[in-house]
Amino acid sequence: MSSKKPFILIVLLLAAIGITIMSFKGAPVDHNTLATLPKDSIGSVKAFMSVYKVLKSARCMNCHPNGDVPLQGDDNHLHTMGVKRGTDGRGLYAMKCSNCHQAENAPGIHTPPGNPKWSLPPANMRMVFQGKTPRQLALQLLDPKQNGGRSKQQLIDHMASDDLVSWAWNPGTGRTLPPLSHTAFSAQVKLWIAKGAYAPAR
Amino acid sequence: MIALKVNDKSYQVDASPDMPLLWVLRDLLGLTGTKFGCGVAQCGACTVHLNGEAIRSCVTKVSRAQGQNIVTIEGLSLNNDHPLQKAWVEFDVPQCGYCQSGQLMSAAVLLRENPNPTNQDIDDAMSGNICRCGTYPRIRQAIHKAAEMQKEGGKS
Repeated sequence: MSSKKPFILIVLLLAAIGITIMSFKGAPVDHNTLATLPKDSIGSVKAFMSVYKVLKSARCMNCHPNGDVPLQGDDNHLHTMGVKRGTDGRGLYAMKCSNCHQAENAPGIHTPPGNPKWSLPPANMRMVFQGKTPRQLALQLLDPKQNGGRSKQQLIDHMASDDLVSWAWNPGTGRTLPPLSHTAFSAQVKLWIAKGAYAPAR
Repeated sequence: MIALKVNDKSYQVDASPDMPLLWVLRDLLGLTGTKFGCGVAQCGACTVHLNGEAIRSCVTKVSRAQGQNIVTIEGLSLNNDHPLQKAWVEFDVPQCGYCQSGQLMSAAVLLRENPNPTNQDIDDAMSGNICRCGTYPRIRQAIHKAAEMQKEGGKS
């Protein structure tokens, strides 16, 4: 009997460890599942208005122009040199974005900012921010036919993690930052969608 | 050491990876046809081809060009007989000439991608190359002429 005791103890110990491990194993992560909160149109719209202020700031809107010429500066003037979008958003002929814009910001003031993906949205998915009211921009962002085919979760991921979006908070010398931090901006995007993704009335 | 291929010739250069490609071309390789203008990618005088694209070498670190295919004005053609070069001579395009190698390198990309450019296409391609002498009308004429020569069988 006593010779069986250690064996029973080991079995019990292994069972306890197994149960403990199982209890910590979470449900499978579903990246398509959106975090949701109770529907709250006022809270959702309030969050979007914070998002809107960022999207309309120069660092974001300058590459989402109403025309086919990118914008520059805090006054959103047309890009000097007459740069144009081109079909793929990467410029035309000898005037392609990456001819001047490098993978990183060039040092100094009035030098080309940079990112490996530097471009405008393509001609067939222009994703215009300039001139859009809060309602128009919210509806555009939520429409996969106008937002690059993104689901709400992909929209959140894009705003929170895309490195070209993130550039807005590391824009190089002499450029103002968007009015919220990137962390606060991402949180407001999530809140907007979690509370129902409501569009403002106007 | 950094390995470069410029005008079909291989080089090993002793340069810091963040040295502008323009400095390497001019100061280390002696290819002085490419000019320093503004130094901040605003004027186009330093335009060279990197894998066929008209990059501004003053803001391009040599590390970006490592192992890539670089062409400067010295390598645009073997005997200065690119249709653009011939048309430039025919129309006597340059005045002071300082910006012209950049103009030619940009125009070469235009003609490769669009063999029959309109005036608007020329403006779209060339508006990043500034000429303080104001040779723009002759540049436009010469590009049209080069396009014709290219169609007639000239080298591109």
